Amino acid sequence: MNCDESELLLHALIDGELDAGHAREVEAHAAVCSDCAEKLASFRAMREAMSDPSLKETAPAHLRGRIEALLATPASRVVSMREFLRPTRRSFFGGFAVGSALSAAVAASLVLAVIRGDQVTIADEVVSAHIRSLQAGHLMDVETGDRHTVKPWFNGRVDVAPPVIDLTAESFTLLGGRLDYIDNEPVAAIVYQRRKHVINLFVAQRLGAKHARTVSDSIQGYNVRHWSQDGLDFWAVSDIVGSELDEFVQKIARAAPQSSGAS
Amino acid sequence: MRRFRDAALPHLDEVYTLARYLMRNTDDAEDAVQECYLRALRHFDSYRGPAMKPWLLAILRNVCNAEFTRRARGEIPTDYAQDESVTEEMPMWQEPQASPEKVILRQQDSATIRRLVTELPAPFREAIVLREINDLSYQEIAEVAGVPVGTVMSRLARARAMLRSAWNAAEASTAEPGSATASGITL
Repeated sequence: MNCDESELLLHALIDGELDAGHAREVEAHAAVCSDCAEKLASFRAMREAMSDPSLKETAPAHLRGRIEALLATPASRVVSMREFLRPTRRSFFGGFAVGSALSAAVAASLVLAVIRGDQVTIADEVVSAHIRSLQAGHLMDVETGDRHTVKPWFNGRVDVAPPVIDLTAESFTLLGGRLDYIDNEPVAAIVYQRRKHVINLFVAQRLGAKHARTVSDSIQGYNVRHWSQDGLDFWAVSDIVGSELDEFVQKIARAAPQSSGAS
Repeated sequence: MRRFRDAALPHLDEVYTLARYLMRNTDDAEDAVQECYLRALRHFDSYRGPAMKPWLLAILRNVCNAEFTRRARGEIPTDYAQDESVTEEMPMWQEPQASPEKVILRQQDSATIRRLVTELPAPFREAIVLREINDLSYQEIAEVAGVPVGTVMSRLARARAMLRSAWNAAEASTAEPGSATASGITL
């Protein structure tokens, strides 16, 4: 064996990927070649140093939470949760007993619902709708960045004419729209993107309006904003940072028509 | 869904680790990991094994490469893009002269090791991280990177040669405060 062959194979040797015959040949060569012996020793030492567990990373808790929420919210479970959240609590607890796989995330949002009432229930449904929309093929019914296509698509599908605003120039790319259901009512979902993050803007009449005018919250790692304007209720949900979602909300609120009935 | 969760979630730290080394910052790494799990969930129906970890790491690698491609098209100019132009034909760096004969390997702390790994050109960084940190076999690395095992071997050999010379040269730079972070890359 010469140095060129040894040079390549000594890596396989220290990685335990070399058969016994070749391993003996590399070792025999290293025994008579100080150059290769030194390489073998130093690559072994390097490999040893790199096995230090501190070179591994631990996923941050908020990332783990987001992914767990993603995996814990299949469409069927969201629907059933909605069914037992309203109208009675009794059926809800029934669901608890039957739900063999009710996740901690859902259980936690339950507690919130009990403590904080309808507003949280709807916020939670909004987040569930957002998570559901991220799954395969659920994000958009009408897929275009042209607001003149998205806006008329909602005609006859929802009982409001949602403002569809193109913020592409301001780095919130309009992706399209979707019909969604929250609180058993059809709502318009307008989908935006910021870098790789999806923002769902839900628009409907009377969607949590009886409570505070503006709500900001973070549920299961998602930021949620709610406001009322021009007789409509708006909910924005995304995993972008809160300040960016605030910026999005300001831009939408500024561009949406403010004719009458703004609350 | 539950089957996917049980199979995929235990590998989250491994996936995140590779994402950190490939993307080289936390925000991009988190985005890539989230996208990876979404894609994996979508394709779980067609998943036929053999092992979950390399399958997830292959998806993550594709996500990261797609992001670099997008950036290279000029949508978001970054200095990462130039990394992708590094090919295996590039000349070996200052390999021999930087490593004094008598030194086998200098001791380095883990922060320095991370930095040195992060500074390797992409194909070599990927190979060495998959091998040493994600602990994959040659066959698994070949599957993740989509190249023959022979290419894995030559990339690893090259990665280690580069790393060794940078490693032994690192002492000089740690002696001058500030130069260790001159690249602006933190991991």
